[in-house]
Amino acid sequence: MSNDRTITLEVMRYRPETDAAPSFQSYVVPYVEEWVVLDALNYVKDNLDTTVSYRWSCHMAVCGSCGMMIDGEPKLSCKAFLRDYGSKIRVEPLSHFPIERDLVVVIDDFIEKFTRIRPYIIAQSEKPVSEGEYLQTPAQLHKYKQFTLCINCLLCYAACPQYAHNPEFVGPAALSMAHRYNLDSRDSGRDLRQEVSASHEGVWECSFVGACSDVCPKHVDPAAAIQQTKIASTMDYYKALLPGGK
Amino acid sequence: MAKSHKPIIWGLFAGGGMVSAFVTPVMILITGLAVPFHLISREAMSYDRVHAFASNPIGKLLLFVVIFLPAWHAAHRLRITAHDFGLRQDIPIAVVLYVTAAVGTIMTISALLKM
Ligand code: SF4
Ligand code: FES
Repeated sequence: MSNDRTITLEVMRYRPETDAAPSFQSYVVPYVEEWVVLDALNYVKDNLDTTVSYRWSCHMAVCGSCGMMIDGEPKLSCKAFLRDYGSKIRVEPLSHFPIERDLVVVIDDFIEKFTRIRPYIIAQSEKPVSEGEYLQTPAQLHKYKQFTLCINCLLCYAACPQYAHNPEFVGPAALSMAHRYNLDSRDSGRDLRQEVSASHEGVWECSFVGACSDVCPKHVDPAAAIQQTKIASTMDYYKALLPGGK
Repeated sequence: MAKSHKPIIWGLFAGGGMVSAFVTPVMILITGLAVPFHLISREAMSYDRVHAFASNPIGKLLLFVVIFLPAWHAAHRLRITAHDFGLRQDIPIAVVLYVTAAVGTIMTISALLKM
């Protein structure tokens, strides 16, 4: 900290036991070239106000817990450098989720949807260990690898106008995770997942705004996963109309 | 959860998107630029030739595809755009747009069959 430059962090506060509604509280913190917004928040917590609540863990964009609105945009606070913002930075909890406390949101809705799409490999039949591994070629891995990179940070839900409009929408991260398992050569659970993905609240609720893919810090491109699922579901639909279709 | 019937419309929308993206620009290039600017002989678009093309069964089919699919694409695209602009009367909007596309489809069929 060589110079005396400072920035103002406007933090949305909400303590359900005392506050009727959320409000903003400003903190003046040192400006450090290498700092990210999470560092500034940690400075507040360590030096100015121990009561500020927010989630974080890894500080390296892998745990997915530090998502928040920074100047109105969903960002990982551990990846958002102070130097990319002005002298005043506004931090708020992720949009479209209920606030639990300060910057912490309630994510039960996502967890329920994520569980519903069965985010695990469903094998046709369980091989005994003696028969060895399930082998996969690099080409088979390549098909779904991008969609494995999701860290469940929920920035995509905070960016999605469709989720804001209809909270029943299964949403980008859950749908792209369903796609990830559907594309896995070891998996045969697609029919089960399609009950969710091909429903009204599944991919068909998406109007392809694409905001999810814009904000995704891991370049998962959930919008692409959803459009690919739409194509596959359309094929299913027409196939089912053919004689002998199911 | 109920299986959605969206694929009916969405299939037309996706097919129309392909046609609009790949075929329509070429058609605009030929009919709107190349012929008027004499890059292609004006004879190529003479009444007789175009009429002969539209009278041929394969020609009819091609014309039908390049007209009716983009019509459905446009209808569905406008429905989504209206929604994205915050117009929430989805069902009336959808009905008006899809009826327009359906009327366009029927008019195309009847015009082509008369050739
Ligand atoms: S898809 Fe991207 S933005 Fe959405 S939860 Fe996963 S990593 Fe985060
Ligand atoms: S702290 Fe883990 S992703 Fe930011």
